Amino acid sequence: MADRRDFMGMALGAFTGLGALGALYAAKRTWDPLPSVKAAGFTTLDVSKAPEGVLITEMWRGKPIFVLKQTKEMVEKAKKKEISNAKGHKEIERLIKIGDSYFMITVGLCTHLGCIPGYRPETQDFLCACHGGMYDSTADVTKAPPPRGLDIPPYKIDGNKLVLGEEGPEYKKLVETGLTQRV
Amino acid sequence: MAHFDENAKPFSHKWLNERLAVDTLKRVLSTEYWIPKNINFLWAMGMVLAATFGMLLISGIFLLMYYQPNTQLAFDSVNYTIMSEVGYGWLWRHIHGVGASVVFLIIYIHMFTGIYYGSYKRGRELIWLSGMLLFVAFSAEAFSGYMLPWGQMSYWAGMVITNLFSGGSLHATGLVEWIRGDYVPSQAFLNRFFMLHVLLIPLAIIGLIVFHFGTLRIPHVNNQDGEEFDFDAEAEKWKAGQKKESKVIPFNPVFLSKDVFVMGVYFILFFFLVFYNFEFAMDPVNFDPANPLKTPTHIYPEWYFLWSYEILRPFSTNIGLIAFAFAQVIFFALPFLDRSPNVAPASRRGPFKYWFWILLVDMLILTFMGKLPPVKPWGTIGYVAAVIFIILWIALPFITKSEKKL
Repeated sequence: MADRRDFMGMALGAFTGLGALGALYAAKRTWDPLPSVKAAGFTTLDVSKAPEGVLITEMWRGKPIFVLKQTKEMVEKAKKKEISNAKGHKEIERLIKIGDSYFMITVGLCTHLGCIPGYRPETQDFLCACHGGMYDSTADVTKAPPPRGLDIPPYKIDGNKLVLGEEGPEYKKLVETGLTQRV
Repeated sequence: MAHFDENAKPFSHKWLNERLAVDTLKRVLSTEYWIPKNINFLWAMGMVLAATFGMLLISGIFLLMYYQPNTQLAFDSVNYTIMSEVGYGWLWRHIHGVGASVVFLIIYIHMFTGIYYGSYKRGRELIWLSGMLLFVAFSAEAFSGYMLPWGQMSYWAGMVITNLFSGGSLHATGLVEWIRGDYVPSQAFLNRFFMLHVLLIPLAIIGLIVFHFGTLRIPHVNNQDGEEFDFDAEAEKWKAGQKKESKVIPFNPVFLSKDVFVMGVYFILFFFLVFYNFEFAMDPVNFDPANPLKTPTHIYPEWYFLWSYEILRPFSTNIGLIAFAFAQVIFFALPFLDRSPNVAPASRRGPFKYWFWILLVDMLILTFMGKLPPVKPWGTIGYVAAVIFIILWIALPFITKSEKKL
């Protein structure tokens, strides 16, 4: 009765396999971030009082957020300089315009492996101490190993304020043109 | 039903034998498990490792009694409660810290002994593969344990290592967040790495140690000349009383007594480190509590990960990740990349002799460069050493294929 045994074996195997898949899915879901963690992922930033040329560090989803209100010289430079790995695009496109001012607002974690780059006011650039990556005042990468400039967090402009975690039309455009990546 | 002597006294030898076959077990696993005579102290490293794992397990059990897997409490539970309140808490911590570092030194000696004497070759591939699985499990155990004091190095090492899983341009941030259970290392992260460190990985390690011993039982351990001989015939000689003529000794008590001697010397050194020179295993940066808004100026892993870290570091992200992944898995392939039929010490194997020593020196250079900041000339030296590492492994099949049969 080999056939009947084969059938029993296959039936047992199939049911055990289903159970194993179910258990794996449950295990995967247990490792997921909790709903409360996901829900706490929105932060409102008021940048109206930010001083020019001085780096401010805020926090969003536990990550540092760099806010650097651009000085006139920085803006002039950003209008001319191309983004290092997006030919045809100028650095100014990565700056966030609120009112008449331009802001560099990025996640303050190196796109290489996630250390916090340090701001150097005298040279107006960022240096990551972990592996030597460098970024300019618009957070565009100027020295490898980082593959791209600092990522811009999802944002929505709300008057003078900025809601981090929500994707506004300006942010969506940045992602579509490949000037930043979803974080 | 088997036969049980109704007159056997409970727990007497006969009684146990009938129920557990203790004599057979003892014979197969120790008194008639044959070890070649032609070996040196390097052959004791396996038992030294087992004993060190025992030290880690025992000290870990005591640390577990006061450690708090909570981002608010973890740092103080280690640095204050265990270190200054718990009676002899410092002893367990220093044994655990020193043991975690020293165990890798012995693992590397054990590995390079195997490579030098060709102890991974035909018949012994599974010994090598199970040993490499143990190396991976020990690495995961060391990393997860390093998270637990929740100091600056814990936090930022956790950040950097979990970021490796984003796969560079694959940009798999979802996977990274899934591993962490949060956008950044936090409570969920600390809790799950605590679970991995004290339960899942130690269980895997114990299972793998049993498997590693199992893979050794039939091929037997190698010897200093890679000589193949008939273990059964040599064993018969020993049992017939020709102990001098026989090429083998029983594992227990003869080999084990030599092992215990080496272990004695080793533990003198071990406890010298535990009592007087434990600082090398305690990074000063990790005595600052974790701060998500400040990266330490210079991040480096513990010394035993430096060589692979240095293979990651000098390249751009994607190439670095590929090189790093290559370095992590390539040792597994050693029995299949070595195309030579010779089982002999490297010194008698032609070009392989140079391959072995270049690999060893190259990994030492990578280790030293990994500790230095990524500036000239260290960055350049590290880059060259990383490239040499990759070339060595690609060249291995060609070098060994042309090797003359001994």
